[in-house]
This record gives sequence, structure tokens and C-alpha cells, in this order.
Amino acid sequence: MALLQLERICAQYPGAAQPVLSDISLSLGPQQLLVALGPSGSGKTSLLNLIAGFVEPSAGRITLDNVPVKGPSAERGVVFQDDALLPWQDVLANVAFGLELAGVPRAEREARAREMLALVDLAGFESRRIWQLSGGQKQRVGLARALAADRRVLLMDEPFGALDAFTRVQMQELLLQVWQRSAKPVFLITHDIEEAVFLATDLILLAPNPGHIVEHLKLDFGQRYSAGESARAIKSDPQFIETREHVLERVFSQRRAIQEQRA
Amino acid sequence: MSQPQSARVSDPLIGTSPTGRTAAAQSRGFHLSTRTISVLTLIFLLAIWWLVTALEWIEPLFLPPPSAVLEKAWLLMTKGYMESTLWQHLDASLQRIGLALGFAVLTAIPVGIAIGHNRIARGIFDPLIEFYRPIPPLAYLPLIVIWCGIGEFSKVLLIYLAIFAPIAIATATGVRTVDTAKVRAAQSLGASRWQLIRHVIVPSALPEILTGIRIGLGVGWSTLVAAELIAATSGLGFMVQSAAQFLVTDVVVLGILVIALIAFAMEMGLRALQRKLVPWHGQTH
Repeated sequence: MALLQLERICAQYPGAAQPVLSDISLSLGPQQLLVALGPSGSGKTSLLNLIAGFVEPSAGRITLDNVPVKGPSAERGVVFQDDALLPWQDVLANVAFGLELAGVPRAEREARAREMLALVDLAGFESRRIWQLSGGQKQRVGLARALAADRRVLLMDEPFGALDAFTRVQMQELLLQVWQRSAKPVFLITHDIEEAVFLATDLILLAPNPGHIVEHLKLDFGQRYSAGESARAIKSDPQFIETREHVLERVFSQRRAIQEQRA
Repeated sequence: MSQPQSARVSDPLIGTSPTGRTAAAQSRGFHLSTRTISVLTLIFLLAIWWLVTALEWIEPLFLPPPSAVLEKAWLLMTKGYMESTLWQHLDASLQRIGLALGFAVLTAIPVGIAIGHNRIARGIFDPLIEFYRPIPPLAYLPLIVIWCGIGEFSKVLLIYLAIFAPIAIATATGVRTVDTAKVRAAQSLGASRWQLIRHVIVPSALPEILTGIRIGLGVGWSTLVAAELIAATSGLGFMVQSAAQFLVTDVVVLGILVIALIAFAMEMGLRALQRKLVPWHGQTH
């Protein structure tokens, strides 16, 4: 089973005076869904880019099962903020793209892609062109594409940010089902506090200048959903509300601190 | 429920939709499509041409009437001029540009990808292309003639050089402006360097590549005709040039019209190809 470890990670953009991330350590194993929450500029996306291998840390070590992470690879699937689908392929080919790159024969990869499309509730959309889809549908194709290949870790950069409230809830529940079934580690970025509290087994709060972890919470609302409790019951549970308010308070106090710093 | 019902009831009463329809019909009567306007402009020009020649305001030596040009066209197609028919001249010109375009596409696209993708390739090719690109091809034609003689090869080489630069530059621009998110998506799906080029970079750059080919063909065609004016024994440019020397104005006019028609056909063909190959281009997605 996959175990992702970050040891004392620092990151700095060339030419920038201040690092974007400083001294980040965390580990992410199976059955874990780690959510990074923080204001813009706290280095959430930079953190994901480091784990994905798109950029290299200026200090520290990232390992997956004790093997150092070097560059992007198919073992770490990424779902992007803006879908990043390929418009010259239809929906089915987009979902099957990872398998095509891996050299899986056409019939096999298309069958697998169809399965994934059914999973994200897009059966019947196989031959649609990308520009004919709505924002939510594109995001679901992006998720299906990341799930189609057998990933060891799934990284998600504000995957539901552009969706309407109703689709967003559906997608969150879908993600929990998929995560529960595969038991794979998931790393998810969001700026939606309720989403973060609902999904996370591990919630890290990031603060900017430079990006660092201010709090690490262990939560179980996602697991309760997977165990059969309804999402509405969980979200109206006083414990859920209390946690949400606590997180909200932390985020606001951070923001106040920043404003005072500036003033 | 009540709103659509009331709307349906009010329709025949106030008669919104009939008035709306009349307004639409009226505006349709005055509204000409852009294409119609273009066609009317051409017809107007032809009419003026016909008028000034029919009234003999201009001597046929300077401007032959349309009928004479048409007659000459028939003669050229069947009998020929300067020992070859119009088809043979056309064939010679099209073969030259076709060959040059083929080689240019085969070489300029890989070079453009290399320039856009690789720092070292950019360092090598960028100054070379930027150096020769602004020189009018006819300025280095004499040098090519000295080096390679006056045969087919030097003409094809000249046109090739004229087409190469726009395609290579457009390809490099297309490659450089590929969406980083798409590249990263493919990388995180396990794409190797070659798979990345084949599945992401080339399709992304395809709209720019096709635009480069369009520009290149335009430049190439004018270079070709100009080169044939100077040094050739066949081709449309040669036909026009030799006809001008004997003041056979109708052949000159006909040749110019055919040259324009071919350029127009190539442009339209490439636009159609662009629509077919890159239907996503310009789509908001």
C-alpha cells in the first residue's frame, strides 16, 4: 500500500525573496484523505505541484513508499482546477488517455473508460466533444480520467471549485465512495471549509508568508458517511458544526493577523 | 404555470408575434449578407470592365474586353501559347509550389517544434531564420541561380525557403504557447517526452501550424510567380511575362486572373482544412 511522505519541505520560486512553503512535513497513507485548506497565497497549489513532481522542492525530501519522487509520473494521478482535458479527443478518448499512454489495447482501455464514465454518472456521453460539456461535466470527465488508470495516490487541486452547489455535494459523495472502495491515499486542496471538514480524515490548515502548517486536525465525518450515515445528518451534527466553526475561526484569525501585519 | 399561459393568451390579442415577424421580414429585405455584398462588388467591377471596353473608352491594347479574354482562355486551353497550353503552364507552377510546400511542411514543422520545445534548438535556428526571413526572396534568387543554375531545383529551393520561415515560426509559437495544465495533465498520466509531443504539443499547436502554412503558401505563390517572371521557360509567371513582351494584353490579363484564382482557391482550401482539422479552435471551453 502506498505511503507518501514529505520531510521538511521548502519551496521557493526563482527570483522570489520569500519562500512559498517552509518546513512542511506530513505523511499520507492508505485510508487517509488529507485536505489542505488555506487562504490564497498559502502555497496550497505549490504543495500539490511538489507532490505531483511538476516542480522540485528547494529543500527536503518527498518519497512514495521510500522511493524519492522525481518528476511527474502515472503513479500520482492529478485532477486539475480547470479540467485540462484535451479538446482534440472525445470524452471517451480523454478518459482512456492514461491507459493509451501506457499501451493498453483499445478494446480494453475503452471498456475501462466506459466503466469510469458510468461511475461519474456520464454514461452516454462517450462521443461528445469536450467543448459541448458543461463545467461540471468536464470536471467529472477529469475525475474519471484520473481514476481510470490505477493510481497509487490521487491529488486534487480544488476539483469542485467551479461546480454549482448541488453538483458539488454529489461529487463530494462520489469521491468518498471511490476513496472508500479503493482505500487509496487522496490529497485534496480546497478553500471551502464545509467541504474540507466533511471530506477530510486529516485536515491541515495552511497560513501564508511563507506557507506553513498551523494546525493538523484528525476528523472522521467522511468515514461516518462511508459507514452509511447520511450526509445531511452528518452536516447537521453539532460536532460537525463545532468543528466547522473552529476551522472558520482559525482561518479568520489568520486573516486578521495578516491585515494587522500589513497595517 | 400562469405566466406562459397568460403569454399565450395575450399573443393573438396584442399580436406581438405577428408584428415581430413583420419587423424581421422588413429587416431581412434591407439586410444583405456579407457574402452577397462581396459578390455584388465583383459583379459591379466586371460590369465596369465590360462597359469601358464596349464603349471603346480604353484601347484593347491596354484593356481587352472580357469577351476577348474569355476567347483567349478557350484558345489557350485548347491550342496553347508559347508551345504549351494553359494547363501545362498551370501544371508547371503548381508542381513547383507543391514540391516546395511538401518539403517545407516536412522540415519546418519538426524544426518549429524543436525551436519551441528545446533551448539549444532555439539557440541554433532562431538567428538563422530571423536573419534570412526579412530578405525578399527575389533578392537572393541571383545567388541561388549562381549556385544551383537556372533549372527547376533553384526555383523550388527559392519557394521552399520562402515558405519554410513562416511555418517554422508559427509552429514554434504554437508549441511555446501550449497550455501548461494540459502538458502537466499528460505528464501526470505518464506521458513520455515523445508521447507528450505527439498527443499534446502537436495537436495544441495545430491551429498555429495551419495558419503558418496559409501565410507560407501566400508568400510562396507570389515568390513563385515573381521567380517565373525572371527565369523560366514555363509556368504562369513566364506566360504573363512573355505575353507582355509582345503586348498580348489579353493573355496578360488572363494570366493574372488565373494566378489570383489559384491563390484564392488555396486560401479557401486551407481554411476548410482548418475547420475540419481543428474544430475546437475558437470554441470557448
